[in-house]
Amino acid sequence: MSHHEMSVEDVRKHVRVYLLVLAALMVLTAVTVGVFYLHLPIAAAVLVALAVASVKGTLVACYFMHLISERGLVFWILGLIAIFFAALMFLPVLTDMDSAGV
Amino acid sequence: MEPHPITGMYNGKFGIWLFLASEVMLFGALFSTYILLRVGAPEGTWPQHGADILNVPLAAFNTVVLIGSSVTMVMAWAYLKMKRIGMGQLFLAATFLLAGTFLVVKYFEYTEKFHHYAVFLNARMAVEGYEGQVTTISGHLAADSPALTRASNTGAYQAPEFVILEPDPPKGGGDHPPVVRIDGAQIKRLSDFGPRHSTFLATYFTMTGLHGLHIVGGMIVIGYFLATGSRFASHNLDKYANRIECTGLYWHFVDLVWIFLFPVLYLL
Repeated sequence: MSHHEMSVEDVRKHVRVYLLVLAALMVLTAVTVGVFYLHLPIAAAVLVALAVASVKGTLVACYFMHLISERGLVFWILGLIAIFFAALMFLPVLTDMDSAGV
Repeated sequence: MEPHPITGMYNGKFGIWLFLASEVMLFGALFSTYILLRVGAPEGTWPQHGADILNVPLAAFNTVVLIGSSVTMVMAWAYLKMKRIGMGQLFLAATFLLAGTFLVVKYFEYTEKFHHYAVFLNARMAVEGYEGQVTTISGHLAADSPALTRASNTGAYQAPEFVILEPDPPKGGGDHPPVVRIDGAQIKRLSDFGPRHSTFLATYFTMTGLHGLHIVGGMIVIGYFLATGSRFASHNLDKYANRIECTGLYWHFVDLVWIFLFPVLYLL
């Protein structure tokens, strides 16, 4: 359902979801900070921190940015973003391999 | 406002998504650079955790503030969709205030960094309260320490005749060591904890500075709608709700960037 045809009751349901997402984001922020004070080994710390941040980011994108109810072309754009973003993140790895081969 | 038959959404929203795509690339390039610099940093030049230098409780507080502002933003849109303009504007005002709170906290964080100094020494030196000998002492300048001057060409601090430093407590806690006087001849380099201090802090200020500018940009747009929104909404409520939705998409993106910046810069 697109947003222009929402009834007041539909919006109320949305509001309840927003409050649940808020609670989840607060808990996950506490988890992020709590895990930091556990002083995990660096690999585990990076994994946990990025996993929790990714879950938080997904919640924000899906519910606050309404991606969960969008359809159509925007997902093609998001797919392209994902590919180019992944390429950007892999650039340092490629650079590292390059210098390792010299 | 009918959705466009090809994109499935009204044109303004599609435009914002395209803009956000370019923003992902902008911040993505910076995150990529961060990884490259961190992995390539010579041993001992990058802090073990950002928290060794940065203030985690303040940043955690700011994370909560920004998440709160995302919720108030989306609530503003929801109340406009329920045709309750007053409540919508109230939530928009709350978003503006939370954004301002974020910037005020950031101001205190930045200011603290510019009043905190690191003295890099020519040779190892024993400092009371620290185990063994150190090559760098960080702390705050004592009130009777001579004023520092910057070189006009580089902006770096000129070598002082001497500095009087109140050293930070040693890592792992403990009392403040007594004040130390360091002669200019012992000093290799002197820096505040600004971007010149190290690659890590240069990265920190670049990324949080750019993010902060995005907050300012968002506040300008939200401020504009706070000032003009009620009149606009009384003419065309649907169109106004759409504008708030587009502003919200940008605002949630700014929140999303911080959700990653916080652990990457402060905790890892």
